Amino acid sequence: MEKIALWASTFFYFLIFCSTLVALKAKRLHPGRFSFVAIFLGVACQSWFLVLRGKETHACPITTLPEMLIFLSWAIGWFYLLIGSTYRISLMGAFTAPLILIFQSMGFLLLAPAISVEHSLSPWIEAHAALSLVAFGALSLASVSALMFLFQEAQLKSQAPAPIFHFLPPMQLLEITTVRLLWLGLGLLTTAFISGALSGIPISGIKFWISFLLWGCYGLLGVAEQARRLSPHRFAQGIILVFVFALVVLFGVYTCPKIALPVASL
Amino acid sequence: MREQAAVHDRDMAAILERVQEIDGVSGAVMLSTCNRVELYASTLCPLQTLHDFQEILQSRSKETLPLYHHTTPAAVRHLFRVASGLDSMVIGETEILGQVKKAYAFASEYGTTTSSLHRLFQHAFRVAKSVRTETQITRGAVSVGSVAVELAEKIFGQLDQCRVMILGAGEISERTARSLQSRGVRSVIVSNRTYDRAAALAAEIGGMALHFDHWEKTFLDVDIIISSTGAPHAILTVEKIKPLLKQRQQRPLFIIDLAVPRDAEPEINKLPGVFLYDIDNLQQIAAQSLDIRRQEIVRCESMIEEHVETFLKWLRSRGNN
Repeated sequence: MEKIALWASTFFYFLIFCSTLVALKAKRLHPGRFSFVAIFLGVACQSWFLVLRGKETHACPITTLPEMLIFLSWAIGWFYLLIGSTYRISLMGAFTAPLILIFQSMGFLLLAPAISVEHSLSPWIEAHAALSLVAFGALSLASVSALMFLFQEAQLKSQAPAPIFHFLPPMQLLEITTVRLLWLGLGLLTTAFISGALSGIPISGIKFWISFLLWGCYGLLGVAEQARRLSPHRFAQGIILVFVFALVVLFGVYTCPKIALPVASL
Repeated sequence: MREQAAVHDRDMAAILERVQEIDGVSGAVMLSTCNRVELYASTLCPLQTLHDFQEILQSRSKETLPLYHHTTPAAVRHLFRVASGLDSMVIGETEILGQVKKAYAFASEYGTTTSSLHRLFQHAFRVAKSVRTETQITRGAVSVGSVAVELAEKIFGQLDQCRVMILGAGEISERTARSLQSRGVRSVIVSNRTYDRAAALAAEIGGMALHFDHWEKTFLDVDIIISSTGAPHAILTVEKIKPLLKQRQQRPLFIIDLAVPRDAEPEINKLPGVFLYDIDNLQQIAAQSLDIRRQEIVRCESMIEEHVETFLKWLRSRGNN
């Protein structure tokens, strides 16, 4: 049943990816409800998978790298459904789907049968891990929005924009969306770190400093943007750059024993 | 010719009344816009109706007006094309749908519609909606003014907080400013070498006049500059703009250079946050949009053909009953 849910969700994301490629080739990429509906169905199937997986592992299904990747793509999907529809950001689905598809496919390919957690985990540590991933979902979507900003800016700077510029959202809307997603992600990340601290589980110095650096980078970007000390162009570039760093950290947390999370070492 | 044929709203009722008196006519809807005068009538004798309608128009204009006519199914197809904007001077324009709706509402209110006309017009509104939403026939702006508005909206989003400055009170810059005003820009400042001309234009468009020597002082407050001075050299230079950008707190600046020779140095576009478009760029985008619309015509026609078939089926089934 688990596999069916995962196949179905991957299929929906793959469908958006293919339709985007076909539309790009035919030079007919324009907004529609297809991406929204397909991502909605993809997220629904992922939710089904996560529920089934959670029942098997008796814990939040983020104990392994593949589970983390699926959980992260699920969180990105949720944020897209909330943000994309609230701010009516056309074509965001077309930009988000490939990112979700990459995480989801990697998770799917590496997924091993679930292992039941023998000893119960501290709820604080589970909250820490889950909230961190949800925060990364928001920050992932912030980088998608930043990428769209840079793309639209390049179109407008070219003085001869391609027809796609008609369908891309205004630069200012993309900037506002990126800023809000950044603050939301940062807030969730802060809460996740507080949960981690409350768990009382000692962490390695390297993990602490890397996490602090990541948090600080996002915080600096946010403050510099608020103070108008950073141009929207540099801000968007910064968001994408820090996101790449965040991904490296996240992979490190699940693969490197020195900085691994307690949930990831099961 | 168009002026002579045009029917004003106040004369519409009288004309419809006279049309209703033509033998065989059971209902009529009249559409009169700046570009067309059309009568959609439900009649048993089309040629007689055409002849009498021509006489009605002639009695008003005192001249023989050349008319053309269609009968079903061509008339159905024609209305669907008109409502969808395919028969307009600017392909895909949407104003015509409102005019068709208004014409139908007037006839309906005046009691000159029949059930088949009602069905035909309701179907035409549906067709127009489908064509607009399912194809790209209305996509993109096709005039210099509307392209400028579209670009401004892609940079700033809502324009209600934007301030516009016009440098040089030319006709094209006035039209562009009016297009921006129609989207609710916050304020317009007009600066011209001849202050009186700036004041006259400012009064006309509800803006504020400014002496040409002072325009650089207000630069920090504006978001959009429309420049069309007759200066023989560039007045917007990198040297002048670059130091001012630092004080703008990262706010983007959109410069529309409509002057020939150019008012703005092309290198300005390389400055961060500055978007420079000249008249050639704007015309190129307008042409590109028009091309997109033209490419969509085939799809629109095929959609319309399907709807014509559906409507004719309904008409035939009604006849059988």
